[in-house]
Amino acid sequence: MTSTQTLRSPSGYDEHGYADLPHLMSLMTGDEKHSAAATSTLDVIWVLYDRVLDLTPDNVDDPRRDRFYLSKGHGPMAYYATLAAKGFIPVEWLAGWASYDSPLGHHPDRTLVPGVEISSGSLGHGLPLALGSALGLRAQGLAARVVVLLGDAELDEGSNQEAVELAGALHLDGLTAVVVDNRSATYGLPGRIERRFANEGWAVASVDGRSHVELEVALAQRTPGQPSVVVAHVEEKSR
Amino acid sequence: MSPDPRLRFARTASALVDEDLSVALVYAEISGQYFHEVERRHPDRVVNVGIREQLLVSAGAGLALTGMRPVVHTFGSFLVERAFEQIKLGFDHQDVGGVLVGSGGSYDNTGGGRTHQAPGDVALLDTLPGWSIHVPGHADEVEQALRLAVAGAGRDYVRVVAQQNARAHPVTPGRFRVLRTGSAATVVAVGPMLDPVLEAARGLDVTVLYASTVRPFDTRGVRAVLRQPDVVLVEPYLAGTSARLVNDALTDLPHRVLSLGVRREELRRYGTPEDHLAAHGLDPLGLRRAITGFLDAGDSSAA
Repeated sequence: MTSTQTLRSPSGYDEHGYADLPHLMSLMTGDEKHSAAATSTLDVIWVLYDRVLDLTPDNVDDPRRDRFYLSKGHGPMAYYATLAAKGFIPVEWLAGWASYDSPLGHHPDRTLVPGVEISSGSLGHGLPLALGSALGLRAQGLAARVVVLLGDAELDEGSNQEAVELAGALHLDGLTAVVVDNRSATYGLPGRIERRFANEGWAVASVDGRSHVELEVALAQRTPGQPSVVVAHVEEKSR
Repeated sequence: MSPDPRLRFARTASALVDEDLSVALVYAEISGQYFHEVERRHPDRVVNVGIREQLLVSAGAGLALTGMRPVVHTFGSFLVERAFEQIKLGFDHQDVGGVLVGSGGSYDNTGGGRTHQAPGDVALLDTLPGWSIHVPGHADEVEQALRLAVAGAGRDYVRVVAQQNARAHPVTPGRFRVLRTGSAATVVAVGPMLDPVLEAARGLDVTVLYASTVRPFDTRGVRAVLRQPDVVLVEPYLAGTSARLVNDALTDLPHRVLSLGVRREELRRYGTPEDHLAAHGLDPLGLRRAITGFLDAGDSSAA
């Protein structure tokens, strides 16, 4: 493992870099070699926190902050590792996760974990919640954005289609969906995710979900008058 | 001010959007005929989501996550029953507040059949902690309950139905109103059940309490007026929905509870709300029969 410079974050926790994520995740999984690379959401979440979102331990209560909603609450190790690396939560929390006394569960709870914006786990709730929050920010004249992460199989849930259609119709440009596509949907079809959002007037980008440069460029993009979606393709989920 | 409860809800909700920049109204086509003007004035805070009830509830919760006070409306059947998980996770699990307004109740739309009737709405919400549940029995009470709910920060459900009582009473969440005292049983009349109960109880030696907010349930108030440990609950939704709270209030006393309300079995009939009230035994005649039967059974067991 490459060690990066350790900084002191404003909240007083040690701040870590991308290279520390495998180690941080291993505190939860006990498996240093494989878990990080096998986690489909790792690079997307890291790039969002490191390079895209205006969201730090210092501004978590600021109404003007950007929001990140992890809709696909399953497998939140990369999320917790990033929150620890960025100083939202202490690294000491990672070991013993999902034990009775730990605030970190297999699905995140916003009331227990600083920096977690929504409690998730049941699929198909994050995008509709994010749409409501984008409406709320727009109504208050706030320029902040809401970025919501979904899995490709999560799009099976019909509630997502309700939100995809309405966000397009309302020109909600404060809303960005990032769909991590590891081809885990049982009835998935190539290109369907992109078509589905494009049909409803979203700005669509399709990128390599492991390329930090491609992710940063696509996620930083906002198109006036259109919600945006970034489809982040990663290696197929091993079955 | 409109004497029609649903129209009064729409007018009050519109006024609240005008008065308070933090209030947002989201609805799903239903009652849209009343919202066109306020929607034109405040397109960012009045949003019709179309026929998308899952999204309706989640969008309301998402608005609350940004600090706004959402009023979320459609028929009770689609709001509470269809989108129940969205309520449980969007509001309770996220721990944000909001005001849900369901119309139609148990038997407003008798011609529409089962699909448009939600006698289970209060019982379903009652599986979740912390909801204030308002069952106004008059258009004035609809306005009062909505204004109170929107001014607060908690989770409120306002059940707006066509049936109403001849006169309104002040809305006092957490406190039932004593309308009559007697020495036999205590009858708790919920919302629009009040007038039929008063008619049914004419000449009977019973206490009548009026409840237009049923959660929180005024167990102390019930306990305070009790002359006999006999309670009759009359609710305009599923019979027995509040029975557990009466039992909780009387755990230290041998007591009897009669739970009247909408029957569990599906009533596969159309007709009028009056027909349905009679079929559920909630018209004055049916109530009279049930209450006197309950009083007589108590007398004979005591004898």
